Amino acid sequence: MPVGVSHYLAVSAVIFAVGVAGVLLRRNILVVLMSIELMLNAANLAFVTFSRASGAVGGQIVVLFVMTVAAAEVAVGLAIVLIAFRARETTDVDEMNVMKW
Amino acid sequence: MGAATSFSGVSDMGLLAAAPFSAVVFFAIVVLLLDFLLPPGRKWVLPLVSLVGLLASSVLVTFLWGREVVGFSGAISLDRFSSFFDLLLLLGTALVVLSSFFYARREGIERGEYYSLLLFATSGAMLMASAVDMVVFFLGLEILSVSLYVLSGFFRDRTVSVEAAVKYFVLGAFASGFLLYGIALFYGAAGSTQYGAMQAMLSSGGDAPTLLVYAACALLMVGLCFKLGSVPFHMWVPDVYQGAPTSVTGYMSVVSKAAVFAAFVRIFGTGLAPVQIELSKVLWVLAVATMTLGNLAAISQTNIKRMLAYSSIAHAGYLLVALTAAGRAGYSSVLFYALAYAFMTLGAFGVIALLRREEQEALDLTSYSGLSTRHPLLSGAMALFMISLAGIPPTGGFFAKFYVFSAAVGAGYVDLAVIGVLNSLVSVYFYMRIVYLMYMKEETVGIEAPPSLAARAALLICVLGTLAMGVFPSGFARLVASSVSAIF
Repeated sequence: MPVGVSHYLAVSAVIFAVGVAGVLLRRNILVVLMSIELMLNAANLAFVTFSRASGAVGGQIVVLFVMTVAAAEVAVGLAIVLIAFRARETTDVDEMNVMKW
Repeated sequence: MGAATSFSGVSDMGLLAAAPFSAVVFFAIVVLLLDFLLPPGRKWVLPLVSLVGLLASSVLVTFLWGREVVGFSGAISLDRFSSFFDLLLLLGTALVVLSSFFYARREGIERGEYYSLLLFATSGAMLMASAVDMVVFFLGLEILSVSLYVLSGFFRDRTVSVEAAVKYFVLGAFASGFLLYGIALFYGAAGSTQYGAMQAMLSSGGDAPTLLVYAACALLMVGLCFKLGSVPFHMWVPDVYQGAPTSVTGYMSVVSKAAVFAAFVRIFGTGLAPVQIELSKVLWVLAVATMTLGNLAAISQTNIKRMLAYSSIAHAGYLLVALTAAGRAGYSSVLFYALAYAFMTLGAFGVIALLRREEQEALDLTSYSGLSTRHPLLSGAMALFMISLAGIPPTGGFFAKFYVFSAAVGAGYVDLAVIGVLNSLVSVYFYMRIVYLMYMKEETVGIEAPPSLAARAALLICVLGTLAMGVFPSGFARLVASSVSAIF
């Protein structure tokens, strides 16, 4: 069976779903960060697939932008996590609950 | 036309379309470099340089007003719509910088990064307002968001601020993931990331829009609603608004929200306009849920920043009413509302940033008891902002709501307008409680409002803006109508 556009898209959708599930279910903030990266990379896979299918190169260029943005975001995110860890000695998102209504 | 001439023409024009936010980026870098050269006692130069940058950019925007330039191969558009939002975002940032002169020094965050990140965030917001391509919009949003993640955690030694940053970052990045996947599906459906390509694809063929288009719309809407703080994606708003530095909270609730609404109008008003009818059904539900939850939750708050956070959720709901109505009238009222909201909200946060009680920020509602006896001018201004937020004439807030609800009625959403008016009645209670506390209660001891010329100037601008929009609404209405006509 030849591997077509729909197969790539299915893989991309599954990776995206794994990422969403990871953010919602996992409590360790580092795992949450990795799950967000999975979501972004699922989108990248979809971009490359659509770009390949239509023959237009635009989608592949978008991926480069997204990778740059993801790197910047994760750098800032890890810095924030580090400060939070120094203050609370925990990486559990459930324990960051000073503010409640 | 020959390929060579058209190419050089495009590159010239492209630079012009990018000029307003490039000026802001330039000054952001200048501020960052200047920070190293200044001795610790001279840090007040930084906000001054930031103001010069904002002023330079707004002069540029005013000078280019009315020009229609699409640059960078159809990625960035300079038109009256983007110019209006550029001016609004620059004004909002300038007001935040003015009230930061004093606030940042007192709270010990008067550093180069603070002002430079504010300017970088503004450049991202301006990019969002002028983007006509999904990729540029995404980049603008990320420039804005990443700067704000840092700014919300700027009090590194305060647990609430760091916690606000963590929550804002995790949920913001999560929303970006949804948005990006939506953009990928948009690209798959339209074959291009430009808004115009989607519109052409949807309005040309006789086929009904495919599932891919609807999936893209749904994911885009999830991502945008997260950034707006609309129900059911509003959980982060109160925590982040409470924990972030007060000046940054004002910035988030005005500048970042206005930029997201600008992009919302551009994407759903042009690119996805052919499927607007279906989208309006979803927006109707979101608008009702957002208004109602925001107003009801605001009633029971005791922290004023948290109360204003829920109030900002409610105001996002009123703006969603305008987006549901769509059309020229609906989108014009979004612009009017965004401007009126900027004046009254930045004014309210400006007052909060100024006050101090027992060596801490005066955030508890009881701190405002009897404020009028010793600070009559400040409480007068605060009362005006609260009246405007509640939507009582003669203030900008009244006409903002008036235009939104009349657009909703005009588009046939009478039920939505009725729910909106009932909601504003509920909101009168918690806004007027502040006025009641300030004028009718015994004075609390230990409230200080230091004399800061810059912060008072910002408050004066907010007061004048709020009153001007309430007394001469027709002039502003004409301005927003002409700005909106640029994108149709």
